[in-house]
Amino acid sequence: MEEMGAKALRLGVPIGAQIDLTYRCNERCIHCYLDHDDHGEMTTREIKDVLSQMADAGVFFLTISGGEIFMRKDFYEILEFAHAKTFCIKLKTNAILIRPDDAKRIRSLGVDSVQVSIYSHRGEVHDGITKVRGSLKRSLEGIRLLREQGLNVIIANALMSNNLQDYREVKALAAELGVKCTLDPTITPMMDGNRSILHLNVGEEDLKRVFRDESLVGNVEEFCAPPVGADQDALDSLPCSAGHTACYVSPYGDVYPCVQFPLPSGNLRKTKFIDIWRDSPQLNEVRSIRLRDLPSCSSCAHGGTCTRCPGLAYLEGNMRGPSYQDCQKSYARTGVPSENLKTKKVAFTSLIQIQGIQYPITMSSGDARTASSAAS
Amino acid sequence: MNSERYVARNSLVAARMLGDEMMVMSAATSTLFTLNQVATVIWNSADGVTPLREIVSDKICSQFDVAPETALQHAEALVDELAGHGILVLSDAPILPSVSAASGAR
Repeated sequence: MEEMGAKALRLGVPIGAQIDLTYRCNERCIHCYLDHDDHGEMTTREIKDVLSQMADAGVFFLTISGGEIFMRKDFYEILEFAHAKTFCIKLKTNAILIRPDDAKRIRSLGVDSVQVSIYSHRGEVHDGITKVRGSLKRSLEGIRLLREQGLNVIIANALMSNNLQDYREVKALAAELGVKCTLDPTITPMMDGNRSILHLNVGEEDLKRVFRDESLVGNVEEFCAPPVGADQDALDSLPCSAGHTACYVSPYGDVYPCVQFPLPSGNLRKTKFIDIWRDSPQLNEVRSIRLRDLPSCSSCAHGGTCTRCPGLAYLEGNMRGPSYQDCQKSYARTGVPSENLKTKKVAFTSLIQIQGIQYPITMSSGDARTASSAAS
Repeated sequence: MNSERYVARNSLVAARMLGDEMMVMSAATSTLFTLNQVATVIWNSADGVTPLREIVSDKICSQFDVAPETALQHAEALVDELAGHGILVLSDAPILPSVSAASGAR
């Protein structure tokens, strides 16, 4: 797979893409980063055209997500079309609308995997997060139906303060259901830059405990080892696949480097996918950035091992800057503050998405607070 | 007696060209395969109705410097292996599209 990614990078092929069919949803998750109103979703015909263009451009790994994908009445028409284009398809859904016939149909369309968000094994916690009574029961039933069809299911658990105590049980539940389980301890800002949901992020002490849970990270000593700094290879490395071999398409046809990197790079209602992919000044700028170009991160001890997300950095005001949330994670993992935390330079300055909002962040390495709690 | 073998792509398999190679993902095992140029020719020609022998003589031997018997031998081994992974469907009779879809059962 790594070799394939390297080849795609060399050839300039967008080997992976996520397309969100809609931002509408039948749940109202408290940590969701989306605006659920429909501001003019692409039509069935438009989406099919986009999928054709993506296939022609070389997209192979296609994630179809939302919102809730089953909110689109034409979902199966789109899925059938994607199947005919021989994508390797992953679906993201809350699964609460999946009935036996849906599971069979999904199975018959060669879907590679289905990712379902489960936040807790307890209904009161999960439903409290989704704001839909009975949603855990229905999601689990959906997972069982998918499994009965032999589909690969992945439980995705977004870790936040509300469900922190339940992640081990969710993992056990996944094992019981015969599915994989992933855990992500990052609540991201909303796509419009609104940071009000960041207070849901797990606190520093709890994050430290999570990172020292052997059942999650394996060898704790290795996982939490002090950073060794970035060597020349690391300085020349790319931050991630966003914009390099992967991209994201919104329900409105907007193209971004990644779902977590809302840098507007073109719109498919105006420009062909391949032209945006090849010629977008925004994507080309993203592609030009190496670790050595990052003023703070290139000299940071965590440079070589940091999970810095350029999208989060962008949302914090500078795609060449540090991502405070990742600085926090590096600190929680190793106990060594990043350059950013040491110099207390967290720049939440002018950015289109968050214009007019002030984020007076002050913190020290010993008293790191989340951006939202500092702002509130 | 008809000794022909027919090959069809499993309709549940995902595939895409990357450069001069074909990426193929087996839905059954989520295993990614990379087909080289020769294997890609066979994959692209595996329509279920063209005999493997014909694919080899018309598409392989015409493009690559290889003896027909050797090419067929290699092609037989390849399709057997890919069929073992559920990527291709093999039959001694032409394969209808519905068969190649049904054979993808996990």
